[in-house]
Amino acid sequence: MSPTPMELRDIAKIVRRDVLTMLLEAGSGHAGGSLSSVDILVALYWEVMRVRPDRPTWEERDRLVLSKAHAAPALYAALARRGYFDVKDLLTFRKLHTKLQGFPDMHKTPGIDASVGSPGQGLSIANGIAMAAKRDGRQHRIYCLMGDGEAHEGQVWEAGMTAAHHKLDNVCAIIDRNRMMGDGGTEDIVALSPLEDKWRTFNWHVVEIDGHNVEQLTAAFSEAASVKGQPTVVIARTVKGKGVPFMENKAEWHDRKLTEDLYEEAMKALA
Amino acid sequence: MAEMGLVDFHHSVVETEATNRGYERGLIELAERGTDIIVMDADLAGSSGTSGFRKRFPDRFLDIGLCEQDMIGTAAGLSLAGKCVFVTTHGMLAAGKAWDIIRSTICYGSLNVNICGADAGLSAGAAGGSRQSLEDVAVMRTLPGMTVIVPTDAVEARKATVAAARTPGPVYIRFAAARVPIITTNLTPFTIGQAGVYRQGDDASVLSNGVMLYEALKAARLLEDEGLGVRVINCHTVKPLDRAIVNRAAVETGALVTAEEGSTIGGLGGAVAEALAQSSRPTPIKIVGIEDRFGESGEHEQLLSHFGLTSRDIASAVREVMSRKRSPEGQDAEAATDRV
Repeated sequence: MSPTPMELRDIAKIVRRDVLTMLLEAGSGHAGGSLSSVDILVALYWEVMRVRPDRPTWEERDRLVLSKAHAAPALYAALARRGYFDVKDLLTFRKLHTKLQGFPDMHKTPGIDASVGSPGQGLSIANGIAMAAKRDGRQHRIYCLMGDGEAHEGQVWEAGMTAAHHKLDNVCAIIDRNRMMGDGGTEDIVALSPLEDKWRTFNWHVVEIDGHNVEQLTAAFSEAASVKGQPTVVIARTVKGKGVPFMENKAEWHDRKLTEDLYEEAMKALA
Repeated sequence: MAEMGLVDFHHSVVETEATNRGYERGLIELAERGTDIIVMDADLAGSSGTSGFRKRFPDRFLDIGLCEQDMIGTAAGLSLAGKCVFVTTHGMLAAGKAWDIIRSTICYGSLNVNICGADAGLSAGAAGGSRQSLEDVAVMRTLPGMTVIVPTDAVEARKATVAAARTPGPVYIRFAAARVPIITTNLTPFTIGQAGVYRQGDDASVLSNGVMLYEALKAARLLEDEGLGVRVINCHTVKPLDRAIVNRAAVETGALVTAEEGSTIGGLGGAVAEALAQSSRPTPIKIVGIEDRFGESGEHEQLLSHFGLTSRDIASAVREVMSRKRSPEGQDAEAATDRV
């Protein structure tokens, strides 16, 4: 039984609350880009991806490469709520001996498909997994969640050419298009627009949707799965800091430290 | 050293071959044995040694174009899916341009990716300083879990390639495009992490790899005529360094020279110095290599001579380091000389 859109929205709210609790407990971490990614991750892990939380290394599973690795809190919270590991472990995020490193480490955390950290590197990894899947006749799909600021990295465009050239239709990239990065707005720092056209000219199938609408997200992922001979990029329009009014669209909440007072205020907004 | 199965090049004409060719033969051997191998190149198959493999196994070859960073990342994905991956490009492009991807994707994930730096050292010759890689060994050696190998000739390059495929974790192997002397045979033992004593001697030791091992053996021969017994050790694996053999050389011969076709900063010399400085027997060392500078255009052999990387340079280094050797009484040689 698939969860209903209403249930998915409730799950997303729980994941957002987990993210805030993790960040308060850790005393550091990235709030804005984690909160903008939550609905995408919930749609993927509850509705779209074929996974078995009780068997994280099941060979036929769909893969996710978190190229925007600073959204690790959102992914950890999603994995914990999906049953990969104990929700209590979330409180150990970023602490010594934790399985939940600041950026994902596949050898420490069940459910992490690739270790990542340095920006712009995930899509190449996804392509490699996808090439191997095609060679071996495997049907699983490979998702790569990227930030929009990451598109400044040249390697992203190298990987973009590779995926299109090799017709990796088992790759689906998602760009969390929150239009913000650490130092300010993406369009003010080095403009990415027109981002859709860039990917189209790189021979990708492009779908643009509201990245906080789970129905639109799941529809986009089904569309991606039906496209043959071309990789798909889902450009998900999102709001940085989504769900917490004082964080929304504020560049400083890329990695600002959460205080007790602000935490209480944020949790009220997500009640 | 009959048990090492070495070529007796002192009494016969020495044959030469680019170590890139040994890499190519190793790759073909792996595919022929049924290894699920994928060989990647970044538009340098013509010179790097992968074109022969491409011809034999086109389905197992992937030219990624001039995208070294994407090549390393894609290799990571292929490795995650269980493939045995070899990526190939010039040494300075592999170790330099793609260093962060090697670090953050390959090494951080402890992935089984073999990174092959072709045309390394001064072997890019005429291309000059921007294309020669003198610092690749140093920058690869700092990465956690990375194995670093510098084969001495094409025969050893083949063995290193095959052995790398069976070694867990990332491996960097450095190859030369220039023809270099063949001094080992198929009978010569090769195990990653185990240095080989190629010549015995008790007065000093020369630790070397790559083409410089040939020069080291010639230097030992020169010094034999002066009555000095010089031990020559093939340190093909710079990391993990064979500390047992290095320490034994320090204790038994009391003076060490390292010789490599690369920077004197952080390479084999650096590795040996780090090991010995922290041992119970600090030992005089002389590092022969290229002193904190870029290469320049020229023929490979001319460049070795130009940069002081010949048997004569190694022999001078041995004489120099022996002058700093500690006497059995624990007083250094210089102080003892002063008293006389």
